[in-house]
Amino acid sequence: MTTEIDGKQTGVLDRSRLALQDDFLRAAVRFTADRLRGKKRIATESLGNWETWRERGMQIRSHTVANLDYYLAQFTENVEAAGGHVHFADDAAEAAQTVMNILMEKQARSVVKSKSMVSEEIGINHLLEEHGIEVVETDLGEYIVQLARETPSHIIIPAIHKNRRQIKDLFTEAGGENLTTDTKTLTAFARNTMRNKFLRADVGITGCNFGIAESGSVVLFTNEGNADMVTNLPKTHIVLMGMERLLPAFADLEVMANLLPRAATGQSITTYMSVITGNRRRGDIDGAQEMHLIVLDNGRSRQIGDAKMQSVLNCIRCGACLNVCPVYRQIGGHAYGSVYPGPIGAVLSPVLNEGEKYADLPYASSLCGACSEACPVKIPLHDLLVHLRQRHVEHGHTKTMERLAFRGFKVAFSRPNRLNLAIKMARLGQKALVRNGHIESTLGPLKGWTAGRDAPTVAKQSFHDRWRTLQSELQTQHNHALEPKAERGGDVE
Amino acid sequence: MESYRDEHEHEEGHMMKVSLFVTCLVDNLYPQVGEAMVRLLDHLGVEVDFPQAQTCCGQPAFNSGYVDEARASAKTLLDAFEDANYVISPSGSCTGMVHHYYEEMFADDPKRVRQAVDLADKSYEFSQFLVNVLGVTDIGAFFPYSVTYHPSCHGSRLLGVKDEPLQLLRNVRGLELIDLPYDTDCCGFGGTFAVKMGDISTAMVTEKVSHVRETGARVLVGVDMGCLMNIGGRISREGEQVRVMHLAELLYEGVQAGVSD
Ligand code: SF4
Repeated sequence: MTTEIDGKQTGVLDRSRLALQDDFLRAAVRFTADRLRGKKRIATESLGNWETWRERGMQIRSHTVANLDYYLAQFTENVEAAGGHVHFADDAAEAAQTVMNILMEKQARSVVKSKSMVSEEIGINHLLEEHGIEVVETDLGEYIVQLARETPSHIIIPAIHKNRRQIKDLFTEAGGENLTTDTKTLTAFARNTMRNKFLRADVGITGCNFGIAESGSVVLFTNEGNADMVTNLPKTHIVLMGMERLLPAFADLEVMANLLPRAATGQSITTYMSVITGNRRRGDIDGAQEMHLIVLDNGRSRQIGDAKMQSVLNCIRCGACLNVCPVYRQIGGHAYGSVYPGPIGAVLSPVLNEGEKYADLPYASSLCGACSEACPVKIPLHDLLVHLRQRHVEHGHTKTMERLAFRGFKVAFSRPNRLNLAIKMARLGQKALVRNGHIESTLGPLKGWTAGRDAPTVAKQSFHDRWRTLQSELQTQHNHALEPKAERGGDVE
Repeated sequence: MESYRDEHEHEEGHMMKVSLFVTCLVDNLYPQVGEAMVRLLDHLGVEVDFPQAQTCCGQPAFNSGYVDEARASAKTLLDAFEDANYVISPSGSCTGMVHHYYEEMFADDPKRVRQAVDLADKSYEFSQFLVNVLGVTDIGAFFPYSVTYHPSCHGSRLLGVKDEPLQLLRNVRGLELIDLPYDTDCCGFGGTFAVKMGDISTAMVTEKVSHVRETGARVLVGVDMGCLMNIGGRISREGEQVRVMHLAELLYEGVQAGVSD
């Protein structure tokens, strides 16, 4: 909740208001989300038995997370056996400091990165720039976002909020000449710019899609092949990995390699899959001479043991939940104000950063369940959102007015006769507000509703009130002929 | 049309009995929906009873994180429907609540858990009951208008009500069913979400109404009054001339027309 707009503290609702006025942004998000949804449908249908694949994916991830201590020990042991250095970081600051220490030791002046959400989580770019170290994002989407001095607004499509024209302008500003909005021209510019950076970079930083415990391998999925450059050309390779991103064995990778690209972008397979086991050894023709793996906790281990929340660690960061989310569709990613947007962000952000900062995110959902249905590893995201709201209430963090309202709910709804009384009062209370059979007033506690919609009125007679008459009427006329009954809503005609 | 009663009464010698779970929203804002349901069930030869002690499934409180408050209200349902054979509601969302959260909500109370499991086993959303229990897909209705159908999120995703309403609609004579683009996208209701995050919710329902408009249908039908209240509220604010109806209302009106037809 600490993002500032004009010097004021704001929450997700305020930030959304800005996004809702941005027609470019909303059109761009809708356009890409629609494409991804369509492609995903085709890619999952052509695979067949998608539900069985999801079930299998969920089992693998749940098993891994439930035995994380075991697999993490096995993984890190194998990374070290393969010549890698392993560092553990309790929080974002520690991880960032570890990166800095390595860069200092290497006297690095220039860094190339492939896409990594953990690197966003620890805010590394900012820190490097402060120390005068050049950082270049080599994933096309990340590069665009970097040029725009923004953060990713989607975990798979970082620049989903940008359209071609905006991208062309950014590239022109960065030195591109005679650019058009054509994909080929734009990617050619990025490719040429990056080639030099790759050759010059001292250190390459990547994320980690999956760590394979049985071998200590780091697996990276990309569509541009940039990870291969980042991990091979610079002398030093740093891997940033969330502590839960493990799979027990290569056999499990087969399931994930089927689930992840299909769920993420509707591709039946990722274009490049890079598997890196340790550093370059004698006889290897490529690979970094030194490899460092930084394992980040940052609130993750706190969720282990909480029967409900633990499943959030199953996430494989595919972004499918964002693509189907009707809230994300309207407001885009930045309105969430956190590194991880969309449904997974609304769960993960307040879990990783306890306290007030992201406490309102679980409320930015209509609980429609589209996310849970889309998730390739079956995380019940909408249940987790409710669970977080429950935590919020238990910790006494909700507003007094809201608590009073629900106390009133309890009193009224625990006894039918009390409810009856409450409804009678509501019927009286609404009198002043009713116009043309509904409520249009944009003031009062329901203004969130009435600002955009008319509200219905409490019926003159509740169903409870009508029942006796209805029942005796039906009893007396039991010759199955249906009597036409008046008292209907307005007709179509 | 031969009604369910004609077929079954002499076979089994007694009428099927169901209990109506009217839901708080229909009870107080849309009682005509409950009435249409009762009349249709009666028409099909099903005897309906209405236990007075029911209030609300507790979902508004539960989804806002107030479990204790939700339980207080849910208990009224557990008690009211203790002896019921079938519990039929006009809402996939409220029945979904019973199915998915009651057992967990009362986990610390063995007696209540038993009641919760029992209630979930015998609870059906209206169209589900008609199609899957009664085996009725053609209710003998006549409704000569173009209609588009919005599948509510909880009904379709939590409870699995997918094709049942469409089966019933396809068999209504005179009715032209038009597919709603982006039909499975949420309308933005979400209970307190619609008030708390009013602007986001309004953006969502505005998109939903734009798709309804694209269909050119004269009637929007659904199986959940929460969503229909939301979409209807926006339709009315935009001055659209689309009539918003619960499936039970449409079928009941159609049966009346079918009888006199
Ligand atoms: S929560 Fe599920 S759908 Fe969302 S990013 Fe993670 S794995 Fe993908």
